Order: sequence, then structure tokens, then C-alpha cells
Amino acid sequence: MSDDVKKSCGCGDCGCGTAAGRLPQSAPRRGFMVKLGAGLLGVGGLLTAIPIVGYIVGPATKRFSNVWVELGSVALFPAGQTRFATFLNPIRQPTDGDSAKTACWVRCIDTAKYQVFAINCAHLGCPVRWFAQSKLFMCPCHGGVYYQDGSRAAGPPPRGLFEYKWKVEGGKLLIDAGRLPGLEESV
Amino acid sequence: MSFLKASLAWIEERTGAMAFIAPLLFHHVPRNAKWWYVFGSATLMFFTIQIVTGVCLATVYAPSAAQAWESLNYIDNEVPMGWMLRALHGWSSNAMVVMMAIHMLQVFLHASYKYPRELNWITGVFLLLTVLALAFTGQVMRWDQDAYWGLGIGAAIADRIPVFGDQVRAMLLGGPIIGGETLNRFYALHVFVLPGAAIALVGLHMVLIIKNGISEMPKPGAVVVPSTYRKEFEERMHTDGVPFMPDAAQRDMVFCGVCLIGLFALAAISGPIGPGGMPDPTLINTNPRPDYPFMWLFGAVSLLPPASETAIMLIAPAIGVLLLLAIPFFSNSGERAPSKRPAMVLLAVVTVMAIAALTWEGTTSPWSPVMDGWSSLPTPAKFTRGRTPLEMQGAVVFQYAQCRNCHALDGQGGRRGPELDAVATRLSYDQLVRQVQQGGGNMPAYGKNLDSAQTAAVVAFLATLHPSNEPDSMIPGAQLPIPTGSAAAH
Ligand code: FES
Repeated sequence: MSDDVKKSCGCGDCGCGTAAGRLPQSAPRRGFMVKLGAGLLGVGGLLTAIPIVGYIVGPATKRFSNVWVELGSVALFPAGQTRFATFLNPIRQPTDGDSAKTACWVRCIDTAKYQVFAINCAHLGCPVRWFAQSKLFMCPCHGGVYYQDGSRAAGPPPRGLFEYKWKVEGGKLLIDAGRLPGLEESV
Repeated sequence: MSFLKASLAWIEERTGAMAFIAPLLFHHVPRNAKWWYVFGSATLMFFTIQIVTGVCLATVYAPSAAQAWESLNYIDNEVPMGWMLRALHGWSSNAMVVMMAIHMLQVFLHASYKYPRELNWITGVFLLLTVLALAFTGQVMRWDQDAYWGLGIGAAIADRIPVFGDQVRAMLLGGPIIGGETLNRFYALHVFVLPGAAIALVGLHMVLIIKNGISEMPKPGAVVVPSTYRKEFEERMHTDGVPFMPDAAQRDMVFCGVCLIGLFALAAISGPIGPGGMPDPTLINTNPRPDYPFMWLFGAVSLLPPASETAIMLIAPAIGVLLLLAIPFFSNSGERAPSKRPAMVLLAVVTVMAIAALTWEGTTSPWSPVMDGWSSLPTPAKFTRGRTPLEMQGAVVFQYAQCRNCHALDGQGGRRGPELDAVATRLSYDQLVRQVQQGGGNMPAYGKNLDSAQTAAVVAFLATLHPSNEPDSMIPGAQLPIPTGSAAAH
């Protein structure tokens, strides 16, 4: 291919610019068009990226605050005992199905004195189980054990069980719940 | 026939398809490759099965947290051949991971990653990551208890990332809890993003194979010299190579055929994998375990020392991947024969053994209490015979206070703590009391949780656990058996 064909055609090797009989564009104009195209695409791309990225990282930027949820009448939680309780997570989507259900352990130390523990082990979140006979919570995953007051007894957990804030209103026990408990913050 | 030929020629003239495919099919490969090189093809075959069965399953599966589990049961029980499709998809996934690991091991042992095939290796590492990600997201698709709590573990690990833990966790879960958006996020990854990435990477991997040729079997002394390798390799292929089709492809075909029949048999006999218990987080009688490809990770996480586990969990995977990617840059010339690279062979052997050992540990998970050991395991009769009432009472306390969840008797029970069949030979009476009351090691202190009568009873029982030719645990200094002693009784 001759040099002047290469020069006159944008694609460099097919010679289409001359074959189609079009007038060769001048070099500066072609450079301008490429820059304009790249600029337009860049701006358009950035604009389009805003909603896409926002959509994907949305959950990370959205703040959820906990809500007071009812666990039931205080009569369900007799003094000196630790009982299993469930509630529907206040922060939920229509598509959550059963996964919006949440469990917790309610310890009634004495009348109107409670401790409400998250079901999630403070190690890696597995569901801990209460054993009333030995007064221990045990975790099925890696053998974490907690005492009845939620403090760490043995195994890998770095701390005691997560506790919910609670209050009693009109004979009902309420807890401040929502987010999946985690190390970064206590519930 | 001439019509067929004419039609083919007509198509060829307009598409150039054969001109494109023929070099791929008939390119020359080393004569001596034999059976070593079939594993990559088998991996690709399993991947194809995954795509076909995956698309089929997607026609019925409901990617919604509210319905996914039910739709899987529907596929298993109601849809014609549904159970078999799920079985094929599940077992082929495991098979693909295994085949890929073998393929990688072979490439590593033969140092096929050396010049000019560094990028073959690197695209392979990304394929490995993609396939593992597919396996993990696939486990989430089952949306059963294992999937739910497995996500919980993933969320808890993400939560430990310094500063951004919260945000990363929210990104992973798609919200503040494990719920509808979590499943849909993983669904989008599992059926769009990751398969797309895998297909693109497989394409790249293939282009590189064609471009760089299939490496020869390593021979001691046949060193790779980057400046001359390509020219010499091409010459050797020209003079001594054999066409891929049929010389090498025939072995691929035989091996893949055997694999495919094996997969069919495995799927037909074993049936679909899961789904396990329904994904209701209030059903806490569960024992979450990952799928086999991740069992070794589960084992590793469980065995890490708690003090450093956060750092290791967060950093070790990144270091591992970087090391894999770096291999061809550290050694891209020289000897390829395993006999000349003993350190590398040792590294491979140690890695394989470590993964095997961790998989075994993960599967048996001796660190997990047997949650129903206390209520479901009988007290071995030999440990009750001839015991005093107090000792018998102690045996009851031993079961009742969940000791059995972590301690085995006669081989049955938890493995979290030591088996106690002969504990009286190791601990004196006082040491037994102290261990029960104060705990220590991995044992909680039972002092607050047992009253003194219960403690006395359980220690009296433990003091009798020894081989019949040895005495009960003594009170130190006393020459007599403990006061409640059973020596007189047996
Ligand atoms: S999650 Fe409970 S001990 Fe690891």
C-alpha cells in the first residue's frame, strides 16, 4: 500500500478513503473529531456511570436506624430464665420472605431487669444455643461458649454476645432492633 | 455428496469459518504430551455442562428469598427430570473445581507457566477465582440454612475489615440484613457477571494456547531460554509436532467421555445437593457447613489462633492470590522438569497435603460441640458398673450439664475437649475440682453454673474414669482413695 493512501485514510490499511471516492479529510479536522468523540463519550459515560454506581453501592451509603420492636408480653419471660424469642425485622423488603424473621435470647434477671442477646455469635455470626442446665450459650460453628450474662466463656469469640437495648412499655418487652449485629458496632 | 460439498464451499466462501477453525483444529502440538494434558479439556467440558444445566434451572428457579427454597424443592420433586438437572449442576460444579485444581497442579509441576506462557497462567488464576466465586454464589442460590448462615459468616468477616467494614458488609448483603436483596445480588453475580467473566477468560485462555502452543513435556536439561524459545519451539512443532486433531484431541475426547459418564452416574446415584433446611433464621437447630470446595477454608478459619485471625482472614487470601499471580514472574526461564525443581515440587506437595488435611478437619470439625451429645448419647455401661450412688449421680450431672457436648466417652461425644475415658490417670481429685469450677483451656468455668453437690458428684464420677488396673484419682497427700471412694465398690 502506498504511503499517500495510508495518509489519506483513517483506518490506515484498507484504502477505503480513496476507494469510495470521498474527499480525504484534512489531518487537523480528523484529530479534532477524535478528540470531540472521546470527550462526548467520556462525559456521557460518566453521566451514565453515576446512577449505575449509585445503584450498586446504594446499600453501603444508605443509613438504617434501628426501630423498637415488640417481643411480647413480659409474662413470656419469667424471672431467672432465658427464653427464645423471635420478631420480624423492622427493616425488611417485600421479597425477604422468612429471612426477615429474627431470633434472640431474652434473659430475665429479675422483674423488669432484662438482657436481650442477639442470636449471632460474636465470632462469625452463627446462631448460638442456650443450655439451661449448664447455663451456657454454645455455638455450633467453632465452639464459642458464653455464660448466662452473655460474657465470653471459651472459644474463639473476641467478646461477649451482642446485646439489644430493651424497654418495657405497657407490659410488653421491646428491643431496639434492625441491623444484623456485627463487630463494628454493637446493636 | 457433491451438493454437500458445494453447500459447504458456499458457506465457506461467505464466512471463512473453516479458514478460521482449521488452524485451531490442526495446529501442531507436542508428540509426547500423552495423557497429561486432558485435565484442562475436562474442566472446560464441565463448564459447558454448567452453562447448559444452569440455563435450564434458571427457567424454573425463582430468584427471590421468599420463594427460592420452595422453587428448588419444586424442581426436585415436580419438574420432570428436575432433580437430575440439579444433581448434574451440583456435581459438575464440584467436578469442575477438582479438575481445575488437577489441571493447575499439572501446569505447576511441569512449569508450563514459563516463557512465553505467563499470561496463560495468569488468565488461569483469574479463571480459578471466577470458578470458586461461581461455586460460592451457587451455594447461596440454594438459599437453605447453610446458605443463610454461610452468608452470615461472610458478613461477619467483612465486618472485621477496618474502617470500611460496615460499607463492605452492606455491599455484600445489599442491605442491613441477609434478605431478599442479598439473594438477588448473588443471583446476578452467579448467572450474569461471573459466567460472563468466565466465558471471556476461557476465550482468552484459548487464544493464548493457540498463540503460544501447547508446552512440551518437560525434560531435564531442556531449559527455557526466552530469547530463542519461541523460534526453536515452532521449529520443533513443525518437524516433530502432531496435529491436535486427532492426535491429542482423541485423548481429550476419551477422557472427557469417561468424565461425563462418571458425572452422569454420580448425579444419578447421589441425586441433587440440597437444599437443606428451610432458610428461616429462627430455626436455630442448625449446624452450618460450607460446600466441599470451601471445606478447607472453613477448617483454616476454625483453627486460626483467635488473636490474629482477623488479620489472617483478611490478608492471607490476598497474599495467596498475589503469590499465584507472581509465580511466572519469579521464574519464567530455565529448567521445567520436576526433578530439577525439587523445592517447587515440595511446595506443591505441601500445599496439596495442607488442603487435604484442612478439608478433613473441616469435614470432621472436632472444634464444634456436638450440640445434642448430652441428650442423645448413652452413658457407656462400662462407666456405670459398680459405681456408688454419688458417682452415678455424677454420671447424670455429666450428661445433664452438657459436658458430653465437648467431651467424648468411649469415643462418642464432642471432640472440642479431651476424651475423658482415662481422665483420672491425668488429673488428681483437686485438679478435677479446679478444672470443673474454673475451666481453662477451651473450657468454660462451671463454678457458677453447678452447685457444690453437683460438682462433688461429677468429680466423684470423673475420678473413676481410668483403666481397670489403675486407681481412682486421689486426694493429694492422702494414701487412701477419696472419701466417697469407689475402690471398695469395685
Ligand atoms: S461463629 Fe460462633 S464460634 Fe465461630
